[in-house]
Amino acid sequence: MTWDWSAVGDFMPLFLDGLLVTLKALALGSLISFALGLVWALLMRAPTRWVRWPVGAVTEFVRNTPLLVQLFFLFYVLPEWNITFSALTTGVVAIGLHYSTYTMQVYRAGIEGVPAGQWEAATALNLPLRRTWTAVILPQAIRRVVPALGNYVISMLKDTPMLMAITVLEMLGEARLYSQEHFQFTEPLTVIGVAFILISYPASLLLRALERRLVR
Amino acid sequence: MTPGLWELVLKGIWVTLQLLFLGSLVAGAVSFVVGVARTSRRWIVRFLAGLYTEVFRGTSALIMIFWVYFVLPLAFGWQLVPLWAGTLALGLTYGAYGSEIVRGALNAVDPAQREGGIALSFTPWQRMRLILLPQAVPEMIPSFCNLLVELLKGTALVSIMGMGDLAFSGNLVRLALQESAEIYAYILLIYFVIAFVITRLMRVLERRLKAGLGRAPEGRVLAREPRRAGASGVGAASGGAS
Repeated sequence: MTWDWSAVGDFMPLFLDGLLVTLKALALGSLISFALGLVWALLMRAPTRWVRWPVGAVTEFVRNTPLLVQLFFLFYVLPEWNITFSALTTGVVAIGLHYSTYTMQVYRAGIEGVPAGQWEAATALNLPLRRTWTAVILPQAIRRVVPALGNYVISMLKDTPMLMAITVLEMLGEARLYSQEHFQFTEPLTVIGVAFILISYPASLLLRALERRLVR
Repeated sequence: MTPGLWELVLKGIWVTLQLLFLGSLVAGAVSFVVGVARTSRRWIVRFLAGLYTEVFRGTSALIMIFWVYFVLPLAFGWQLVPLWAGTLALGLTYGAYGSEIVRGALNAVDPAQREGGIALSFTPWQRMRLILLPQAVPEMIPSFCNLLVELLKGTALVSIMGMGDLAFSGNLVRLALQESAEIYAYILLIYFVIAFVITRLMRVLERRLKAGLGRAPEGRVLAREPRRAGASGVGAASGGAS
């Protein structure tokens, strides 16, 4: 096995470009999934099952099918319908959509975890529904779900390499490009593997600490 | 779609199912070995098992697949058949997640059970095999069911390496038809059906295993039982406490 440090040096600028794209995709994907997941979770509490049933069916479907195929779907189908996004935007939307079906369940558990007395108190104070949600229920629910949402951010990070398949040059895309040009696979692939560990492991430690503080 | 293209899709399903089956075997074996090792009394065993889990969970499945395909042949001089390379990469990655499930379930067994084993002067291996695992395994089933669905979704990744699984054959059909929406809708639906079958089968398995321990699975079955309002005899007996 030969390890070529100069290849690591060569790869660094590309690696940093890729890291930036990965983090960008991660940040935007997280935002979409956090927002959309909350929307799904609230819709699942709608009084009529004509709302609950379709939302439940669609999210179940999205959760149980591969993100990669969903990426392909959006990437190839949207242009046929004359909707064109950049590859990165398509990827971010797909990741956000996919993970919103997971965060939805997190929010749901958080909302159900708010003690019934809080609802009763809101009713007793005659708070309107909107204010019950925004001032009483959601602040407590979201506090509880922050660590669980964080776990999905780490999962999303580990799914961003899939964006390579739809021509986004994130870390793995850059590594593949470099390795094909220079025919050196070991160094770039190892560098990005280590980079993933260096990001995700401290992040998970951080979340564990956060969990201890927030969830009591 | 013409029959020829359907045949391509069928072949893809077959490859995906093979990957799913072999990958779950490897992942299952890795989960139990590493999960049990993480409860070892020797710190070095615990440390190595923990390191394994963090490394394989910390990186992405796709990067592992690339690594197994490209770096292993260069580094160690052996090239794996694509099916085995895919199996290895997926099995090692998802096995790392599975080891956490095994560890959690083992820790969740009532400490008194472990102490009972010690009091009976069982060896550690006997305790694991006769007392801890039989009680922990049914608790693992729901989590393993989720993991199996994740593994199924993970199998799609091998298509990037050009392996002819379901996602790959979907791409080929797309190129042949120049029509994306229809074929991808089919492909997604097929994945969903496989996932659905997995969940159903795992639910049956969970019920069987828990029945063997005299427990009811969570939710539905318990709700159907008559309320155990203080009365000890009849209600408890129907729970199958043999």
